[in-house]
Amino acid sequence: MAGSTPASATAEPLVQTPARPRRSVSPWAEAWRRFKRHRLAVLGLVVLVLMILLVAFGPLVWRVQINDIDFSARLNTPTAHHPFGTDDLGQDVFARMLYGGRISLAVGVSAMLMAMVVGVTIGAIAGISRGAIDAALMWVTDLFLSLPLLPLLLVLTYLFRDALKNAFGPEIGVFMLVVVVIGAFGWMSVARLVRAQFFSLREKEFVEAARALGASVPRQVTRHILPNALGPVIVAGTINVAAAIILESTLSFLGLGFPPDIPTWGRILFDSKEYLDIAPHWALFPGTAIFLTVLCINFVGDGLRDALDPRKVL
Amino acid sequence: MGQYLLRRLLIAVPSLLGISIVLFTVLALAPGDPFSEMALNPNIPPEVQAALRKHFGLDDPIWQRYFRWLVAMLHGDWGFSFISRVDVDTLILSRVPVTLAVIGASQVLALLIALPVGIYSAARPYSWFDRIASTLALIGFSLPTFFTGLLLILLFSIKLDWLPFVYRADLSATGWAWWVEQFKQSIMPITVLGLFQGAGWTRYVRSATLDVIRLDYVTTARSKGLRERAVIVKHVARNAMIPVVTLVALTMPQVFGGAVVTEQIFRVPGIGSLLIDAIQRNDTPVVMAVTFVFACLVIAFNLLADLLYGWLDPRISYR
Repeated sequence: MAGSTPASATAEPLVQTPARPRRSVSPWAEAWRRFKRHRLAVLGLVVLVLMILLVAFGPLVWRVQINDIDFSARLNTPTAHHPFGTDDLGQDVFARMLYGGRISLAVGVSAMLMAMVVGVTIGAIAGISRGAIDAALMWVTDLFLSLPLLPLLLVLTYLFRDALKNAFGPEIGVFMLVVVVIGAFGWMSVARLVRAQFFSLREKEFVEAARALGASVPRQVTRHILPNALGPVIVAGTINVAAAIILESTLSFLGLGFPPDIPTWGRILFDSKEYLDIAPHWALFPGTAIFLTVLCINFVGDGLRDALDPRKVL
Repeated sequence: MGQYLLRRLLIAVPSLLGISIVLFTVLALAPGDPFSEMALNPNIPPEVQAALRKHFGLDDPIWQRYFRWLVAMLHGDWGFSFISRVDVDTLILSRVPVTLAVIGASQVLALLIALPVGIYSAARPYSWFDRIASTLALIGFSLPTFFTGLLLILLFSIKLDWLPFVYRADLSATGWAWWVEQFKQSIMPITVLGLFQGAGWTRYVRSATLDVIRLDYVTTARSKGLRERAVIVKHVARNAMIPVVTLVALTMPQVFGGAVVTEQIFRVPGIGSLLIDAIQRNDTPVVMAVTFVFACLVIAFNLLADLLYGWLDPRISYR
């Protein structure tokens, strides 16, 4: 410590300031610089942004209705008129995928947000309190981790779908159900991560300093511990979006997610699988869309992992 | 060892009870019960309905119903399938072996991919092999099982016509021909599940091996003049396996989820497809029992992982 203290504390800054015009770099700019080194992650981000723009603004440009039935154009292969071909009712697959993409992506992001909120809250409570509360919360977390996820999701949607459909209408009702159900089973890894971060951070000197200065526990948590635990949480959140998109598609693919008039990507795959031999394009486009989205998100997650870990020299 | 096993079993009991409470509450909270359709049937007079409800105890408080259900489950009385007209336990027992065979074989395939590839990648980090393997692993674990399944069917059943895309439990062939048929129809379900898990595990194995390979005892082993092969296999791999076992156990619920999807795509008559069928036909006793069996299987595999863990890492004492 003594070595780093300047010998003449008053003179030093006067010499230093003009000689070294240091640009202050915020942690986010530094993370962005590190992120850009990961070429596949940048590529993933670009593709992802393009896809989001496409599903957000595509339906404004591509004005074909998703339920335009045209029996003269059943199961057509891709043409200029129908870029992704048509399904068994002659509906335009491209228009349906643009519409479904919005829902698939929205489900992914909302379920992730819900899982994050629950996971960070539980992890933070467990991490800051010791003893019985921590033990009880971790027991619940472990219990949730050993639940058979997909069978339970199927059972939950089966039991509550009709009630919610009647209460909120088919689209909003099923959307809420799917988001809540996926979010309710995605928080465990986040909770464990946040708890582990809290365990190491709460013993650090800067938190101790805050405590010594009289900061209350909520202030210690929100101002000092949580911001420093954010990096791994963001990475976990990214991975969670991918997992939620896969889960939603799986539910729809098994015929237990969204109803047929709401064509999410998984639902289109479910409808198309009986026609695999005569109209493979119908299954290939939505399948590729799910795959590409998940792949890009995973690449971005990998890049963020490298970018947000300050111990890693890049 | 026996004591350790007993202790782990005792820890598993509260988890199973917890899961059964979660399951039962979910079912009890859900709108509608098996008799709600009866209420719409004009041929059954209301007093008969009330008597039936009373007989089956549907109006009792929820905790009473829970204990009655639990006691019945413990006695081996799992209920009666409304649709298949057989006892639920015989139905499930006839389906479980198929699921276990498919899952078991696919896990072996996954480990056969993940262990060599992951360890070799970590032994030469950032080499061409490592980069290609890591990218392929990321691609493999971004490919959802339902899409891989459809792709394989499209390629091998429809375009090439090499493999059947429907799994049949009642193969007519006998002797060698039966084994060949069985092998042919099992390839695709096992590959779909195995590739997905293998890709995910490759990443785990690689990072676990990377953590170990830089430790001092590995350098010591090398400087003793041991061959690289012996260093990697005997010194590095064994210790790298310890965290991998935990992660494999943690991904078990995901494996069973993948099994549901795979069984549904290829029409494998296991408990996964039984669950979907039961859900689509509103066969509540079967839904309940199958979900519970899934939970038991997950816990059983966690137990197995704990035992393996103790065997791999002698620092963990069996106390």
